[in-house]
Amino acid sequence: MEKIYSKEQKNTCGLAKSSTETVQFLLNYSKSLNVTNYKEMQFESILN
Amino acid sequence: MNLQIEDSVLVKDYIKGDEKSLEILIKRHNQRISSFIYSKVLDRDITEDIFQDTFIKVIRTLKKGSYSEEGKFLPWVMRIAHNLIIDHFRKNKRMPMFEGSDDFNIFSVISDDKLNAEKQIIKNQIDSDLKILIEELPEDQKEVLLMRIYKDMSFKEISENTGVSINTALGRMRYALINMRKIIEKHNIVLTN
Repeated sequence: MEKIYSKEQKNTCGLAKSSTETVQFLLNYSKSLNVTNYKEMQFESILN
Repeated sequence: MNLQIEDSVLVKDYIKGDEKSLEILIKRHNQRISSFIYSKVLDRDITEDIFQDTFIKVIRTLKKGSYSEEGKFLPWVMRIAHNLIIDHFRKNKRMPMFEGSDDFNIFSVISDDKLNAEKQIIKNQIDSDLKILIEELPEDQKEVLLMRIYKDMSFKEISENTGVSINTALGRMRYALINMRKIIEKHNIVLTN
């Protein structure tokens, strides 16, 4: 029962870093995202 | 001498169209923001997801020109990450996830009686094969077998319905099963689940 209910203690102080793939994805997303303003409207488009 | 371009300058440059500025900003704050998210969610994959969603919001807000520069870029990004962490826990509260361990698997305690998709398909196949086999039986045996198995009638009820004695009904049932086994063996039919 102890094994079932006792929660594994995890180290919450560990340093984490997002992967280069994630960073690269964000940079590509940024490059592809285009916001166009027309009068009082905004249009978002993803350019491939 | 440490010459580091300030966040506010990088943000302005990025808004003007300098993509390299965003790269510097992300790389500069990656560890801090990721560690903050990880300290709350305690899962590397979820950390990556929330980090990604955070910067997608950042990018969209900056590109739309909705960001007002007050020299607080990092606190702003942290606030977005914080809100996304709350969203993550709210979502999980609605649909809690339980992870079993090697010692204990929740599915050994909780399970439904239904067959899985594969077993259900096999069962349907067996049922249809059996119907074909039953059609091969002599009429009197087939009648008793159908009443007993598919209509769940007792042998007393079968005898009353068919007008034969209980012993005769029992005998017909026995021969029906023997004959079905013979057909199965003769044609090498495999019925398993």
